Amino acid sequence: MRATIVERPIDAAALLAEVASPAHGATALFVGTVRDVNDGRAVTGIEYSAYAAMAEKEMRSILEEAAVRFGVTAAVVEHRVGALALGEASVVIATAHAHRGPALDANRYLIEQLKQRVPVWKRELYTDGTREWVDPSGARAMAGAPASAPGARPGGASHA
Amino acid sequence: MVPVVTRVLLFASYADALGTSAIDVALPERATVADLLAEVRALAAAHALPPAPLVAVNQEYAALDVVLREGDEIAIIPPVAGG
Repeated sequence: MRATIVERPIDAAALLAEVASPAHGATALFVGTVRDVNDGRAVTGIEYSAYAAMAEKEMRSILEEAAVRFGVTAAVVEHRVGALALGEASVVIATAHAHRGPALDANRYLIEQLKQRVPVWKRELYTDGTREWVDPSGARAMAGAPASAPGARPGGASHA
Repeated sequence: MVPVVTRVLLFASYADALGTSAIDVALPERATVADLLAEVRALAAAHALPPAPLVAVNQEYAALDVVLREGDEIAIIPPVAGG
């Protein structure tokens, strides 16, 4: 179980190798990449930044939650920061288990919770030369703490 | 009581809004997260922040009633956008 903020390209194959074991019959791999359009605007790249120490701590908490919920013992997350070009991987998550169900469920849980809780930010660069911080929270109430406390979230609510 | 000068970390859009990645705030002893936010709001340029942004104390999200202690690592957390 490992969660790391990195400043270099992410090697998905290395993450797969890290969770590999003859005891695993299933390995799930999620790769999040920089997309060329967001909200109808043409994107040329994304700058990611993080509160690295807290981001790694929060990702480790999510890994521990996934271990309890789904029984996965092999899971690794890397999130990249810095300037990323279109198509480059910003986040890669590998999870493994004896069976496919827990491997897939844990992987989905990890990316959904990461997007809700981990202090990472992105600034999109647009074709017209402008750039803007992305705020996916929209009208989410801000009351000094997350809407529901970590660990108390029902079912790892997915917005995908 | 003697105010304690506390460093508050800023990131991303909030760092841009205030033009710095950290600010120093004078707080009384046993000040809470809510007290901290009130002080921050009193600063010039802080109008760019939302009324009640998320706060992390020692790298964990903290509720408004959490009491701050000297040496705590405090950060104001913009809406996260990882992944």
